[in-house]
Amino acid sequence: MTKQEALFEFLLRKADDSLILGHRLSEWCGHGPILEEDIALTNISLDLIGQATELYKYAAEVEGKGRTEDDLAFLRIEREYKNVLLVEQLNGDFGKTIVRQFFFDHFEHLLYEGLMNSTDERISAIATKTIKEIKYHLRHSSEWVIRLGDGTEESHNRVQASVTDLSRFINELFFQDEVDEILINEGIIPDVKTFRVAFENNMNKILEEATLSLPEEKWQLSGGRKGVHSEHLGYLLAELQYMQRTYPGMEW
Amino acid sequence: MEKNNLDSLDTIFQDKVDREIKIEPKDYMPDAYRKTLIRQISQHAHSEIVGQLPEANWVTRAPNLRRKAVLLAKIQDEAGHGLYLYSAVETLGADREDTIDDLHEGRAKYSSIFNYPTLTWADMGMVGWLVDGAAIMNQVPLCRCSYGPYARAMVRVCKEESFHQRQGFEIVTQLAQGTPVQKEMAQEALNRWWWPALMMFGPNDADSTHTAQSMKWKIKRHTNDELRQMFVDATVPQAELIGLKIPDNDLKFNEETGHYDFGEIDWDEFWQVVKGYGPCNTERVSARKKAKEDGLWVREAANVYAEKRARRNKKVS
Ligand SMILES: [Fe+2]
Ligand SMILES: [Fe+2]
Repeated sequence: MTKQEALFEFLLRKADDSLILGHRLSEWCGHGPILEEDIALTNISLDLIGQATELYKYAAEVEGKGRTEDDLAFLRIEREYKNVLLVEQLNGDFGKTIVRQFFFDHFEHLLYEGLMNSTDERISAIATKTIKEIKYHLRHSSEWVIRLGDGTEESHNRVQASVTDLSRFINELFFQDEVDEILINEGIIPDVKTFRVAFENNMNKILEEATLSLPEEKWQLSGGRKGVHSEHLGYLLAELQYMQRTYPGMEW
Repeated sequence: MEKNNLDSLDTIFQDKVDREIKIEPKDYMPDAYRKTLIRQISQHAHSEIVGQLPEANWVTRAPNLRRKAVLLAKIQDEAGHGLYLYSAVETLGADREDTIDDLHEGRAKYSSIFNYPTLTWADMGMVGWLVDGAAIMNQVPLCRCSYGPYARAMVRVCKEESFHQRQGFEIVTQLAQGTPVQKEMAQEALNRWWWPALMMFGPNDADSTHTAQSMKWKIKRHTNDELRQMFVDATVPQAELIGLKIPDNDLKFNEETGHYDFGEIDWDEFWQVVKGYGPCNTERVSARKKAKEDGLWVREAANVYAEKRARRNKKVS
């Protein structure tokens, strides 16, 4: 695998994370539990779609085959999407959406801090812009985890169930393979192993304040980074790609 | 209060209105004025919120990244408009959640246009171009409404509405200049949306019950028919520019008046939708109700947590 191929793959993985989660959050639009949260979730969705756009653009350039950001976002088959399984999971209730976001934001925060120092100027520029958004997302999801965890008995039980349910997708955030090895050696991306402890400490601090806890059992799933997904992704793509597949080759 | 006293307060009030001095929340206002405003502003707020739904219907199917982001941003603006407007209602002493319950129980109305379904991507264009376009006609004069908080909310809203109208027209233009399939998609959508858009201005002046009083109070500045005419005059040349046909055989420019003459609106359809029997009335209200019910535990948790926190802070200090 060349450095260029590794970079392309990495950019796709991260762009897909942002796009798929942004898509999921956009499903809340018009249906939020309060108007203020309808707006907040849409905001986060917009940030994620913006991030995905930047990353796909760069990926398309790196690939150099004349594909556009939209070709990458809309015209691949299911096995070619490389997002982690966490982001494609169904929204569930508001608490589940928040927990999914909470896990993701904690990871993204540390990853993008590392990416700010990337030897690849384009990536460090994207990261510098993105980190501001991620900090806001992180604050938002953390505050809600605390509120719901330490709120009523019902909210505590609901959100604890989501923590337990979604925790099996945490480990995959730290997935590494040859792609990462090459890019770490080039100083393009940080080694995520180095912040695994910080990640867990940061999360546990908030979960403790929220009177919540991660389950003991470390039952872990993966596959997303290799394009092997959960059953949910196919349906999401059917909607996402509907227009491009139904009316091939048209401009909108 | 003595009757004489009230009469003189009413006179002072009307005098202020006549002199274009804004009425503020703490000022004296006649009960009927307050009630009219509560009804109108809360209906307006509900329209913004219910109005999210037909467009949200296409967010997950938007054809490319840019359109997805623009559409999402546009719908988010509408939610923001809802927020400012509910705040304006609250300055009149009404409770936001109570007015929302009125909507859910069918006691309050919202703009009937949102009871029509969005069936193709072209509908996103039509909603922006025609529905936001008609909303602008209605709302620009409201920036000079006699009630200060409403007028100020409208100034913020109108700035965003023109972006909404433009993004809609851009979608339609792209389709009209596209492949035959796209052009047909645009024309078919225009055929469905044109008449409901004209209905957004309400009944003809002769049948409009509130207009005269609202104009005297300077809540309203133009009659329904005047606004409808302004909309037709502005929109017909836009359709011609991009080669779409307005579905009205009676539509013709009148050299004498300098305006377009147009055909009769199907008032039976108008009243049917107003009374709750439009294509999506049931779906729209139940979607909003469901959002509120599903969110109940979240709002309870937030309240309980806020109380706990306040108690803890008290202990510390
Ligand atoms: Fe609006
Ligand atoms: Fe609008």
